[in-house]
Amino acid sequence: MDNLEKYKNAFKEAFEIDDNVITDELAYESIPEWDSVGHMRLMAGLEDAFDIMLETEDILDFGTFGKGKEILLKYDVTI
Amino acid sequence: MPENQQEYLNLPPFYLAKDEKRQKFTKYMNELTQYHYENSAEYARMLDALNFSQEKNFELEELPFLPVGLFKNYELRSVPKENIVKTMTSSGTSGQSVSKIFLDKNTALNQQKTLVKIVTDFTGNSRMPMIIIDCPSVLKNRFMFSARGAGILGFSIFGRNSIYALDDEMNLQTEKLLSFLEENQGKKIFLFGFTFMVWQYFFKVLRDKNLKIDLSNAVLIHGGGWKKMQEQSLTPSEFRKTLKNICGITQVFNYYGMVEQTGSIFLECEHGHLHTSIFSEIITRREKDFSPCDFGEVGIIELMSVLPSSYPGHIILTEDEGRILGEDDCPCGRKGKYFEILGRVKQAEVRGCSDTYGN
Repeated sequence: MDNLEKYKNAFKEAFEIDDNVITDELAYESIPEWDSVGHMRLMAGLEDAFDIMLETEDILDFGTFGKGKEILLKYDVTI
Repeated sequence: MPENQQEYLNLPPFYLAKDEKRQKFTKYMNELTQYHYENSAEYARMLDALNFSQEKNFELEELPFLPVGLFKNYELRSVPKENIVKTMTSSGTSGQSVSKIFLDKNTALNQQKTLVKIVTDFTGNSRMPMIIIDCPSVLKNRFMFSARGAGILGFSIFGRNSIYALDDEMNLQTEKLLSFLEENQGKKIFLFGFTFMVWQYFFKVLRDKNLKIDLSNAVLIHGGGWKKMQEQSLTPSEFRKTLKNICGITQVFNYYGMVEQTGSIFLECEHGHLHTSIFSEIITRREKDFSPCDFGEVGIIELMSVLPSSYPGHIILTEDEGRILGEDDCPCGRKGKYFEILGRVKQAEVRGCSDTYGN
């Protein structure tokens, strides 16, 4: 599984949503599933998938599917 | 909304000396009051009824406060209904009315950011394996949660690989706990929960079952009120001492805050003082005429927060009593006023700060 697939899977599993909902613009609070509860679930999923530990600042900044890719670059994860 | 909101929220939480804080904070609160006046018809009506003119800049002590009970009787909002992403409630006890606090995206995000700034000043930046001393069902309804749920969720950002220590019947999950500690050996552990539950369902159980675990390298943050602890005849300092005896834990931070002002909480330093940050302020008032108390004098606590923008909860009169102990000169080095809580105002409607289990 490549990184993009792993990345998408983390969103699908955290929010229980389909592929077609996922775009770069998918944002925090833009769908009911991506709320504060979903957000922490997503963060945990990404940490497991890429074996990283996100900093609190990055958890706060992680506002969209697109922005998340930029953030993961800091952890040497290229998507 | 104050124009410089984001700039202000990015300032370090405990490092403005009193004159500078007063100047910046007063300007901000005046602008926020004006904002709510313009955006909440109910709030404007209340201020009009008080003959509150909008034409001058007020001192903090002159700005109008809303009694916290008002949020139980009125649905106060300063943004359109469709912008609300989350509703928080206080005390969920049956038969009692609950406060409803409406959050839009901006307010919810600012609450979380501010909480991070305040808490990391005490705990440091790294996220720690987390033990939530509560039951999983507390977050059952994700669109409407209690002060307890909001607390757990807000503090989860400081943790990772978190586990719930209790099942839904409030039994300590001993096996789960022990294997979690085994897996995270040598790491600093973060424990979080509501004071009474932390005591009743965790530390007391460890003691009674004679379970020897070493938490000397752990951090505990707890809050939600001392009322039920008084029934156990445990003072805050005895609580700390007892916890240390049970499992060696020394980093124990009590926090104080209202669901109406989530985010801008007050944490107790190692000297037992609750600290205001630059995001909050405290005024104590005399019961007889609501005039501001002097430092050291016991009064009703009024709290201010820069965070509420989706509802007019930026200045509230609580039902708690306490006294301000000083400003800018706590031995811990943090700037700002520091204070202690002494309990509930006598005539106040009985209500806990959180919906602590078993109330």
